[in-house]
Amino acid sequence: MDDSMSQKQDKQNEEAEDAGLPLEEMTASPSQRLEPESLETLESEQGPDAGPQPGSSPPWSPQSRASTPSDGLLGPGASPQPLPPQEPSSSPPLALARQDSATPSQSDEITSVKPEAGTSHSAHSERTPDKGESTHGTSQSEGKVFGQSQQPNPHLSGPRNASYNNSRQKALRFDIFQEEDSNSNCTLDQPEPGISEAGPSMLEIAIQNAKAYLLKTSSKSGLNLYDHLSGMLTKILDERPEDAVDIIENISRDVKMTHFNKKLDTLQNENEMLPIYEIAEKQKALFLQGSLEGTDQELEDEIAENSLPNVMESAFYFEQAGVGLSTDETYRIFLALKQLTDTHPIHRCRFWGKILGLEMNYIVAEVEFRDGEDEEEVEEEDVAEERDNGESEADEDEEDEIPKSFYKAPQAIPKEESRTGANKYVYFVCNEPGRPWVKLPLVTPAHIVIARKIKKFFTGRLDAPIISYPPFPGNESNYLRAQIARISAGTHVSPLGFYQFVEEEGEEEEEAEGGRDSFEENPDFEGIQVIDLVESLSNWVHHVQHILPQGRCNWFNPIQKSEEEEEEEDEEKEEEKGEEPDYIEQEVGPPLLTPISEDTEIQNTPPWTTRLSSNLIPQYAIAVLRSNLWPGAYTFSNGKKFENFYIGWGHKYSPDNYTPPAPPPVYQEYPSGPEIAEMDDPSVEEEQAFRAAQEAVLAADRKEETEEDEDEDDDD
Amino acid sequence: MDAESLLLSLELASGSGQGLSPDRRASLLTSLMLVKRDYRYDRVLFWGRILGLVADYYIAQGLSEDQFAPRKTLYSLNCTEWSLLPPATEEMMAQTSVVNGRFMGDPSHEYEHTELQKMTEGDKVFEEEVVVQIKEETRLVSVIDQIDKAVAIIPRGALFKTPFGPIHVNRTFDGLSLSEAKKLSSYFHFKEAVELKNKTLLEKADLDPSLDFMDSLEHDIPKGSWSIQMERGHALVVLRSLLWPGLTFFHAPRTKNYGYIYVGTGEKNMDLPFML
Repeated sequence: MDDSMSQKQDKQNEEAEDAGLPLEEMTASPSQRLEPESLETLESEQGPDAGPQPGSSPPWSPQSRASTPSDGLLGPGASPQPLPPQEPSSSPPLALARQDSATPSQSDEITSVKPEAGTSHSAHSERTPDKGESTHGTSQSEGKVFGQSQQPNPHLSGPRNASYNNSRQKALRFDIFQEEDSNSNCTLDQPEPGISEAGPSMLEIAIQNAKAYLLKTSSKSGLNLYDHLSGMLTKILDERPEDAVDIIENISRDVKMTHFNKKLDTLQNENEMLPIYEIAEKQKALFLQGSLEGTDQELEDEIAENSLPNVMESAFYFEQAGVGLSTDETYRIFLALKQLTDTHPIHRCRFWGKILGLEMNYIVAEVEFRDGEDEEEVEEEDVAEERDNGESEADEDEEDEIPKSFYKAPQAIPKEESRTGANKYVYFVCNEPGRPWVKLPLVTPAHIVIARKIKKFFTGRLDAPIISYPPFPGNESNYLRAQIARISAGTHVSPLGFYQFVEEEGEEEEEAEGGRDSFEENPDFEGIQVIDLVESLSNWVHHVQHILPQGRCNWFNPIQKSEEEEEEEDEEKEEEKGEEPDYIEQEVGPPLLTPISEDTEIQNTPPWTTRLSSNLIPQYAIAVLRSNLWPGAYTFSNGKKFENFYIGWGHKYSPDNYTPPAPPPVYQEYPSGPEIAEMDDPSVEEEQAFRAAQEAVLAADRKEETEEDEDEDDDD
Repeated sequence: MDAESLLLSLELASGSGQGLSPDRRASLLTSLMLVKRDYRYDRVLFWGRILGLVADYYIAQGLSEDQFAPRKTLYSLNCTEWSLLPPATEEMMAQTSVVNGRFMGDPSHEYEHTELQKMTEGDKVFEEEVVVQIKEETRLVSVIDQIDKAVAIIPRGALFKTPFGPIHVNRTFDGLSLSEAKKLSSYFHFKEAVELKNKTLLEKADLDPSLDFMDSLEHDIPKGSWSIQMERGHALVVLRSLLWPGLTFFHAPRTKNYGYIYVGTGEKNMDLPFML
């Protein structure tokens, strides 16, 4: 049907050509070229459903056909004019139409150009912008462009693989051109229908198949390749890029993107962006807060007194050292610290560092409260103690007459009061600047002792459980606090002389048990030459108390309170700490303000590395101290100022791999002794002998005096 | 990270605290350009630095146009003078696997390792202690190679396979979408695929041969050897390797900015299963 129709129309065309060729061509072509374009754009905007129709599907042809007669009536000048020649194109596929239109234009044969240009409605529309303005001179060149850009078509028309190489492609192109030539010859020679019928019918079927394939709508995107290619060519011809061949992928992608933009703008995009806005909103609060404070004079004074650390200054120095965060992140943290100091009665505040986690990180602030420290802590303590007591009581009550369990849990070593020892500072953490600060609980010796035995990654959620072999008494917030305490104790150092003890040394030595745990800034600190700081480790001293194996900074004697179980305690201590069984020796660590040159080595690895920040300009360089024991801990000093900083996973370094602690020793069974072993059952002979003996005794007693006997029994 | 966009990349990767001091940055920008010119590399990557006890090694890599061609590795102690490292061999790997502990920072430092070797003299078989000396440079080469093979990663689509075989940088890559950026499957190992060949046909069915020609991260062993985080309110994805702590990969979704940098001690985290 279609074939016959098309051929009829071809004939019609030719007749029309013959009849009004020059006039129609001249007048119609501009309008033609404008009109199909608008149609084309309409189609493409209509989307996938409308897309496939125009080429092959029946619904289109009636429409166009309906318009044909009117066009014919209206005459060449009317705008819908192009449609009649367009109609035949609905049956011969675009590929052919384009090829035809391309080759003849090269050969400059106007007669052939005309009908075919009319037939290829979509290819035509691509050409329009230029053609509308220019004459055949340009159309020639376009024809060449088409000849090139057409190349994919022959491939696509066949079911060949899309990947091809150039040489093959060239050969194919020649074939096509030959075909085209013959084809165009056919069209030219169309007055002889016999040839044209026999030739094209095969070709046309093949081409129709190819076009049908091209028009196959993808189930994923709802697009088809036919429209996509025409869209691409439109774009290329509109924009005229220099290197169209090279960026064809980009163009293809862009064309596809334009389809998607329409659909995706409803829901998904907004949802995806939400978290960014959320954190931006929170961080905006940080920036706003500052301007609000500025208005209040009193508060401002307070802030001046309030020692918010100069984070940016130390960040500058750390940048010289090659550590630290980016400038904007540091500033956000700075603002977050300011927020913290404004909302809490804080005497001194410091940016401790950042601990990396699996899901989120922790930004840690070290603060010292002024006077009013929260009472929540105390309550929590009591509750915890009560809980412990309750448990132990419950254990005791369980068994009445049967011997109770002799085993008592190793005596819990009480934690240090806040503001002393390992609890000297309070730590606040937040996941990101702008999020709320969370106060970490006080650290207990048990946490530290266990934390030394385990090695776990932080998740970034404070309430995450810590699942480990020696069961960790707490959740991640406790573990984090314990690690912070350990890192602080290990890596917080200052140049020699920066701090001095409050009391005089003589007194200190006398009350050595209390430990010299208080120090103050030395007002007469002169500063140390940076070179000296780099060259000698003895110019650096620890200013945080050493944590004893017990888990505390100050010695707590566990025997004093429980003298009854002294022996057991000792045994336990022996197991735990390898001390002598007779008495517990007080654990001592290096005192405060000990030079770090006395730190213990880690298997041939020096615990500290010092460096000068710049070898090129040594006069303004600063000394950088890096801990090898706690990778990620850094200290800088420019002679007068210093700062400590930690960033890392919160783990201690060891050259060996982590070994889980050995399981506790198996508790030995009671040694089999006289109280365990039983005698044999009494034999009959024994019992008889015993009975005979007893009877003899009884008989003797009765004989003497029965009354006395009774009295004696009473006395017993 | 690309030497050209070094400053931006450093800024993006700084969330893990792995920065460079201003003088290092400036000298790297200068000297890497010269390296690119002198060695005729198509692309120069700043690979990272390995922290030594005395000094740090700064490592750069030169790539030819084919991204999978063998890479040249250079090291420098002062970021100005670069020396070429020999390619890593299996023999080196075996030799240096016995050395642990930190790097010294002196390429000519020699580790001493005593080995028990069986000697046969006639009928007698006795063991003799032999001191093997291993140069730190050799160890450096093998560690860099191990890290590269294990955790050098790139986002999906950043490279593509050309029809002729070589792997090129994909100019049209403009970033992963946010939802993709959160998945480990959108990141690939920057090396020839190993696992891919073992996949079933069914698994390969949906793969795009021009993009999916490398192994994705999601099947890494042990599971959980990557920490993936959205930082700066989802404006930046940061992947941190837990197996080689110190390797940070960053990618800003929907932009071309991606890269990785290693700053660490050059030691593998063998404790990973205990720590998860």
